[in-house]
Amino acid sequence: MAARGSIVTTIEDRAANEAASGGVALRLAGIRHGYGKTRAVDGIDLTIAEGASVALVGPDGVGKSTLLGLITGAKRIQHGQVEVLGADLAVRRQRNLVQPRIAYMPQGLGRNLYPNLTVAENIAFFARLFGEDADAKGARVAPLLEATGLSPFAGRLMRKLSGGMKQKLGLCCALVHDPDLLVLDEPTTGVDPLSRRQFWDFVETIRADRPRLTLLVATSDMEEAARFERVVMMDAGRMLADDTPAGLLAKTGQPTLERAFISLLPEDRRGDGDGAARGAPIPDDAPIAIESRDLTRRFGAFVAVDHVSFKIRRGEIFGFLGSNGCGKSTTMKMLTGLLPASEGEALLFGVPVDPADIETRRRVGYMSQAFSLYGELTVRQNLELHAHLFSLDTDAAARRIAKLTADFDLEDHLDALSDGLPLGVRQRLSLAVAVLHDPEILILDEPTSGVDPVARDGFWDHLQRLSRDEGVTIFVSTHFMGEAERCDRISFMHAGRVIATGTPEELKAAQRTSSLEEAFIAYMEMGGREAQTDARLPPPKVGAARRSSFSWTRLGAYAWRETLELQRDPVRLAFALLGTAILMIIFGYGITLDVDKLRFAVLDRDQTAESRAYIDEFAHSTYFVVERPIRDPADLDRRLKANDIAFAIELPPNFGADLRAGRSTEVLVTIDGAMPFRAETIQGYVQQVHLRFLEEAAQAAGGTLSTAASLEMRYRYNQSFRSVDAMVPAVIALMLIFIPAILTALGVVTEKELGSITNLYVTPVTKLEFLLGKQAPYVVVAFFNFFVMVALALFLFGVPLKGSFLGLMLGAFVYVLATTAIGLVSSTLTNTQVAALFGTAIGTMMPATQFSGLLQPVATLEGAARVVGTLFPTTYFMRISVGAFTKGLGFTELLPFILATAAFWPALLLLAHLILRKQET
Amino acid sequence: MATSVQASAPRGFKARLASRAGNVWHLLVKELISLWRDRALLILVLYAFTAAIYIQATGMKHDLNRATVGVVDEDNSALSHAILDALLPPRFQPAIALEPGEVDKGMDAARYTFVLNFPPNFQSDVLAGRAPSVQLLIDATALMQAGLGATDISGIFQQEVNRFVSRTGRDMATPAELKIRVAFNQGLESSWFTGTMGLITNITMLSVLLAGAALIREREHGTLEHLLVLPVHPSEIMLAKILANGAVILVGTTFSILVVLKGVMGMEIAGSVGLFLLGTALYLFFTAALGIFLGTLSGSMPQFGLLFFLIVLPMNMLSGGFTPLESMPQWLQTVMQASPSTQFVAFAQAILYRGAGMETVWPRFLATFAIGMLFFLVALVRFRKFLAAQQ
Repeated sequence: MAARGSIVTTIEDRAANEAASGGVALRLAGIRHGYGKTRAVDGIDLTIAEGASVALVGPDGVGKSTLLGLITGAKRIQHGQVEVLGADLAVRRQRNLVQPRIAYMPQGLGRNLYPNLTVAENIAFFARLFGEDADAKGARVAPLLEATGLSPFAGRLMRKLSGGMKQKLGLCCALVHDPDLLVLDEPTTGVDPLSRRQFWDFVETIRADRPRLTLLVATSDMEEAARFERVVMMDAGRMLADDTPAGLLAKTGQPTLERAFISLLPEDRRGDGDGAARGAPIPDDAPIAIESRDLTRRFGAFVAVDHVSFKIRRGEIFGFLGSNGCGKSTTMKMLTGLLPASEGEALLFGVPVDPADIETRRRVGYMSQAFSLYGELTVRQNLELHAHLFSLDTDAAARRIAKLTADFDLEDHLDALSDGLPLGVRQRLSLAVAVLHDPEILILDEPTSGVDPVARDGFWDHLQRLSRDEGVTIFVSTHFMGEAERCDRISFMHAGRVIATGTPEELKAAQRTSSLEEAFIAYMEMGGREAQTDARLPPPKVGAARRSSFSWTRLGAYAWRETLELQRDPVRLAFALLGTAILMIIFGYGITLDVDKLRFAVLDRDQTAESRAYIDEFAHSTYFVVERPIRDPADLDRRLKANDIAFAIELPPNFGADLRAGRSTEVLVTIDGAMPFRAETIQGYVQQVHLRFLEEAAQAAGGTLSTAASLEMRYRYNQSFRSVDAMVPAVIALMLIFIPAILTALGVVTEKELGSITNLYVTPVTKLEFLLGKQAPYVVVAFFNFFVMVALALFLFGVPLKGSFLGLMLGAFVYVLATTAIGLVSSTLTNTQVAALFGTAIGTMMPATQFSGLLQPVATLEGAARVVGTLFPTTYFMRISVGAFTKGLGFTELLPFILATAAFWPALLLLAHLILRKQET
Repeated sequence: MATSVQASAPRGFKARLASRAGNVWHLLVKELISLWRDRALLILVLYAFTAAIYIQATGMKHDLNRATVGVVDEDNSALSHAILDALLPPRFQPAIALEPGEVDKGMDAARYTFVLNFPPNFQSDVLAGRAPSVQLLIDATALMQAGLGATDISGIFQQEVNRFVSRTGRDMATPAELKIRVAFNQGLESSWFTGTMGLITNITMLSVLLAGAALIREREHGTLEHLLVLPVHPSEIMLAKILANGAVILVGTTFSILVVLKGVMGMEIAGSVGLFLLGTALYLFFTAALGIFLGTLSGSMPQFGLLFFLIVLPMNMLSGGFTPLESMPQWLQTVMQASPSTQFVAFAQAILYRGAGMETVWPRFLATFAIGMLFFLVALVRFRKFLAAQQ
């Protein structure tokens, strides 16, 4: 290892440096950290000198990531003292001052990067977060891209990068602000060997240029650890050893760091020793279990898999190796039937793969690259679910689960939620599930990515047993050469093509190399992968960045990022810009409280001229539509019940005669009361028509029906009492809350779900800048919507704007500030997009449609509804909108409502600010 | 290994059917466990079926309730006082005396929906038979109240004037009496109506959201793809989702109807609760299928969220539960008839208020189920396509 890395060779110089400056980069004392009952870190003391390079090694779930989170200030300190570059991280002011000097690249392939931003945009975003101005940024981005070989891909979206490129981009983003402490958490997990080598070469270049840079890297790969000056071994939250690689080897008397680590573990956790040799070769006449004939898969113009052919015999372990994104997973998916092939044929057991063939699935076990079991189920529940789905009966299932639990060492985790398990345990569970139904074929996609060496060993022992003892055919992809050595045959793949296939020995011999890794790299270059160019980093910038308490640059960085994201999703953008217009058209026509075209029918027991005249009086009204006459009381009941008619009129016998004789008579009207508002309106209409009939009858008879006094009604603001004039302004108020709130709500919670929230934790951006930056683009979108809706109101619905447009516009602006802030609050409260979506829907829909004066004035509400109505911004903007459009209010009359609406923004922002955490707990 | 008999395929039609039913059952249990673990969501669901219904039902009336009245009384007579005193709660709040100059401001700020203006010498003019007129200003932007209140105040006004005049000896008998009877919901108790409609809104919102979001979440977490390499048919996955989410919402609905609406608020239910729940179950089949369909249409949760609002909001607001269906433009009425939400509102009102039985509501049940089936089948067809698009 030492020959490969120049880091070790410079150790003496570094020691000299250290002695000269005497600087301490990092000092940890008595660190303890737990999650619930679990102790992740249990008493760590560690001091690292300035300019040192330190590897933190150990299996999964021993607390490496937690420790790095504490050092970078991402996690709140529970116990102990963390001093970084002279600052005490428990003190907020000191933390704020020192964070710009720390760079942190969290675990996972580009977890803190933004998938829908390009390479250059991602780097520019981080530069802005650290307050770089535009000129300086330009000067730094290009050399970084050059140095990492990413220049040709500057315009490519991050999500379309391969794993290795993602990691290099992550490093670029971490380095853009010239840190003094570089913290990398498992930077090469899931990265192919060639990319891994390039990655470390690049890190070396950086260290050569920046002697004062301190490097701290967590890894579970012991081979990598050997490149560092100092190795800290961790297990179960404690330190096992802390020395130079050579010192550790000497101390334990082991040949490799991996063996050294295992020898330091307690007796019972050491596993069963060295990687077992391969079993007897598979006979040539064994039947073919898996066959790929010219399999090809295209995604648009991109060819992911290009005429791939191979045959795998029964009981064989066949390995697939290649660069990230070379088509391994795609090939595997075509073999399982998950993905249809564009061309060629995949055969299992000699039969073409048919995605609809459910019976074949019983003979195949598949494990996808990402964990794909139910995180919210416990280990036991996951196993039981799969046993049932494979139709195992209860006894058989219980026996099988017991055996698998023992085989895969899952006893201790049976009742733990799968989500909370360390990566290695989760992978073991996935494998247990994949083999649960005794499949004849196993297709495993990078099953050991992120699994520590001890667990990996056990895993492969198990595969070997399955293959040799039970005749299971295993098709597996991996990035580890050690694992490839244990396969019967392997294929090297690059850019969708198989470059070479053979036993590991054959491949090594063909390239005349001693190690499989060398052979791999030789083949990759043959396949067209260019070697790394040597490049230098830009010179470090002069002068320390000043940290201001509020920076428009940082705010702008988030606003810009959010805007780009919205631009890149045309569906979302279209909905955001035009969704309100569509809804407004539907509602503008649809919501009307005009009650008319009411169907009624008559039970006429009189059948005289007078009774017919009475019916005509109703039939001629525009409010009513007469239906065929009612036959008898039973018919009346039935038709009301079936909602054929809204009300029924019963005219008594002798109605006409009584009327003529001036005798008192009685008309009976039965109204459907199911919808109270409609029933009351009908009541009023019926009384009016009845009165009109009497007046006309009296007039016809020559007299008048005099009244002692009259009530003169004047409808203000909307003389014609057109529903649309009142409804359209109200709908504007509704639309400006739903869509802006939902857009903003998902904008923030997505960062939480995808992990990029880490940038809030470890960069100088403040909570306020973060919130405002997230909000700004949606305010613009919402304000744009406002203008679209005003135009619709004026020109489509013909609702005149009688009052102050300036007042309406100002009101709308403060209103969308408030409604988007509701989204911010909703997303700071929740952790998943589902919950944010649902919370926002419930939180806005009812108050806005029911309690904000749309249907009933707020002053008439009672109880909780009144309180909600009073404390909801729609109430006030509804008055502004209706006031400006229909009531013709001027600016001064609108001003009180504008001020009331404006008050919601700071209040909601404060609430979101209080809920949002700048550190993980 | 090939010799194993444990995982062998079930033979025969009956066994296969049993195995498929078993798959649905186990996936259903899985769905329920998942829901149980998401406490934040569970609390929201609980709220939607209890407090939300209660607040809405008791807080907002769909009839004239606590209407605000201002009065400029330039007469200050026994008659004007009698008229004002007759504006009784709960329909009216006590009238507030105003100066003439305060009227505009008060109405602009929506403090008063109605303002009565009694002219000087009103009472003496009535007694003298000069038929004076009183002005009633109505805020026409208060949609629901303006019309109802105007009719109501006008009725009260005539009645009080007549009573006053008849006391002074003049006869005002009308020849034909109008007797109005309200069938179903005699008291015109609007809290029951608002409560039921609120319940319907929440049922729609929840079921579409839960089913659709569950699908997208499974895809984002890769579990959906995993299910498709198991001997499980897509229809079984969909059915399990529909049944699990439907069952939770049906339980919530039952609780809401029996405990919140009937128990706490004393709602009189005319028809059979069982029949209503049967209809709800059919409706839930539709909404969950719609949710899954929307899920397959959208590429991400934000897209689903927007699509959800775009579809569910009109479905709710135009179903006839908020505003009368008859008043909408004819084309929109026709379109809305194709929405099961309209059918649901119609049969819910028929069963709960009018006591309608199966013989009346079966066409609506059938329509709901048929449209649900249509969405189920389309969603099923889209399912694989949707997965392939994710690669």
